[in-house]
Amino acid sequence: MSDNSHNPNQMTGAAMIVRALIDHGVKHMFGYPGGAVLPIYDEIFQQSEIEHILVRHEQGAGHAAEGYARSTGKPGVVLVTSGPGATNMVTPLADALMDSIPLVCITGQVPTHLIGNDAFQECDTVGITRPCTKHNWLVRDVNDLAKVLHEAFYVASSGRPGPVVVDVPKDVQFAVGTYHPPLKSDVHISYAPRLKGDAAQIRKAVALLASARRPVIYSGGGVINSGPEASRLLRELVEATGFPITSTLMGLGAYPASGKNWLGMLGMHGTYEANMAMHDCDVMLCVGARFDDRITGRTDAFSPGSKKIHIDIDPSSINKNIRVDVPIIGDAANVLGDLLQVFRTEVKKPDIKPWWQEIAKWRARNSLSYRKNSEIIMPQYAVERLFELTRGRDTYITTEVGQHQMWAAQFFGFEEPHRWMTSGGLGTMGYGLPSAIGVQVAHPDSLVIDIGGDASVQMTMQEMATAVQYELPVKIFILNNQYMGMVRQWQQLLHGNRLSHSYSEALPDFVKLADAFGAVGLRATKPADLDGAIQEMIRIKKPVLFDCRVAALENCFPMIPSGKAHNEMLLPAEANDEATAAAFAAGKALV
Amino acid sequence: MNQPASAYFLEDRHDPNESHTLSILVQNEPGVLARVIGLFSGRGYNIESLTVSETESQKHLSRITIVTTGTPMVIEQIKHQLDRMVPVYRVVDMTLTGRSIERELAMVKLRGTGEHRVEALRLAEAFRARVIDATIESFVFEITGASSKINQFIDLMRPLGLVEVSRTGVAAIGRGPEGM
Repeated sequence: MSDNSHNPNQMTGAAMIVRALIDHGVKHMFGYPGGAVLPIYDEIFQQSEIEHILVRHEQGAGHAAEGYARSTGKPGVVLVTSGPGATNMVTPLADALMDSIPLVCITGQVPTHLIGNDAFQECDTVGITRPCTKHNWLVRDVNDLAKVLHEAFYVASSGRPGPVVVDVPKDVQFAVGTYHPPLKSDVHISYAPRLKGDAAQIRKAVALLASARRPVIYSGGGVINSGPEASRLLRELVEATGFPITSTLMGLGAYPASGKNWLGMLGMHGTYEANMAMHDCDVMLCVGARFDDRITGRTDAFSPGSKKIHIDIDPSSINKNIRVDVPIIGDAANVLGDLLQVFRTEVKKPDIKPWWQEIAKWRARNSLSYRKNSEIIMPQYAVERLFELTRGRDTYITTEVGQHQMWAAQFFGFEEPHRWMTSGGLGTMGYGLPSAIGVQVAHPDSLVIDIGGDASVQMTMQEMATAVQYELPVKIFILNNQYMGMVRQWQQLLHGNRLSHSYSEALPDFVKLADAFGAVGLRATKPADLDGAIQEMIRIKKPVLFDCRVAALENCFPMIPSGKAHNEMLLPAEANDEATAAAFAAGKALV
Repeated sequence: MNQPASAYFLEDRHDPNESHTLSILVQNEPGVLARVIGLFSGRGYNIESLTVSETESQKHLSRITIVTTGTPMVIEQIKHQLDRMVPVYRVVDMTLTGRSIERELAMVKLRGTGEHRVEALRLAEAFRARVIDATIESFVFEITGASSKINQFIDLMRPLGLVEVSRTGVAAIGRGPEGM
């Protein structure tokens, strides 16, 4: 026997994986077993430091890990088997890449000698996941495994965060090799994200801010990803400058919705005042957002008179859609800190009273108004009541994708970062339910609510069983209008009211369904019953499916119609008359 | 303004396209070429020419040379997108530096006898192409130079019995003492 047999770092690949997760501080992981990961599951069985959450479909594991990551700032960890296990993970990986969520996904692979052989449950995992990960690895030698795992955690969580995949063939899991704890040298020297902003550029930015008369701050998910310090500095910057601030869907909560400088969300379903301020501003400070097409509307008419400052950690976000005047590459917290320091020492608060007066006029248009109804629950009202009745509680909100998502963004006020989990970039229906499970795992005593739609929740409904198994008291608050509401809205507005396959003629009875899962089902059909039912939902310490029957044909406004600019918004007051038809006439004519 | 019913803004920008030669230094690990090529196909960028080979085996470094076309904004995007890939060390736009040499090698096969054969040899000499294989009814020429020179040579060979061409694609390097 050699001395090596007594080396505690000698272990199997499977043991290395669990050891590496522990060394990276992982407390929870989400997964689903299968042939190609059995050695790893065997190691998981024999330890108690990491809790494994068994989902019902790999996609659920991915979204749960995303919710976990977003609400904690730590990478989410997923373990799935080869072939279908890996392909079922593709949607969450693509989702996490779009929204810059750190995920470490470990996939089993068929034994090395069978790779390329069309073996049972084989697929080209690294090939399939290459375009939907930040980076991925196939580990062919057990002695490379420790280094790759440590690098995976670093790549996923540093710079612009994102998902990574480590594909581990079964023979590598069985093979014995040498493990080493995380080292600095475990990282590609070619990978070095820039965190500190260029001082000269920051000075230029401050000079622009000082000269501004109609400024706006436009913040995004990058501020959330950077961590609580970035949100704190953003709030300080708003205070120091007195500038109005708007945010993308992903950035909600970085600045509190109750803050006096808050304009509401911008973009396609953003507020009138936010979009008008973006259009008419003279200086725009973009922090951690990427000028996405849902934000800009038509790019050639986007904020035509402004000088633009863009803070982003990813150089490829600069000048991708909109040309900016002062790009600053760096981490939001670093750059905001430096910027604030220069601003405070060199600039006195600019006088922008006339600009605020103009904004007040736009605000007075009350772009989020809707028609109240005493017989039918309006979906906006449902979200408003949910917000009011959970105010002051330790609440986390996730959503699915569609009209309910926009109403949640418009009517639920977020005061803190990391409290809002939604699929922004990829727009994944079915995201919210498993995501809520992930959030609840990370925050067992908090109130976690998925604001869902009847169509979306059915895409990952099976995860209710996961919630029941682990006694995760998630609340699935379904705005049930029996339609794929956003699809229908577009068909009404853009496709001659031909409602092609956007109505669900058969829906499950969500209350009975909850019962079948061993959860609790609640239903509200009248506005008068809503508050009581919501309060009951909050009281129940079990998973709840809440079937909130809302006005079936309500649409989501305000809205920037297709091919239009920020200052051509369709407001709710105008939305149901001839103005709608006129605004979309050009589109309809060409359908 | 008139566009079909879509929330996407469908009109394209109409900036003129430019051709750029990019040198990319990468970690030579499995799949790295697929990553780079996948980026181009996935994001709809053009590849006019692609050359790749390991250049420093001890450090496991490969050098990829890509000739691409696009608007200035797209070219800038391509460079940033390449640069943020984990195994990419450096991306240099050889066209922007304005101080680079670009060369390509081609092997050109001709079949023919009599006057055509004599004419082909005469032209090959003018282009400094070398004969690297010959039979009584064929030649293979090796020619090195800028792509335009090779294009011109091939055009001239076409009526003289051109059979086939194999080209390496463009390799590029900066002038002067500095490395990339």
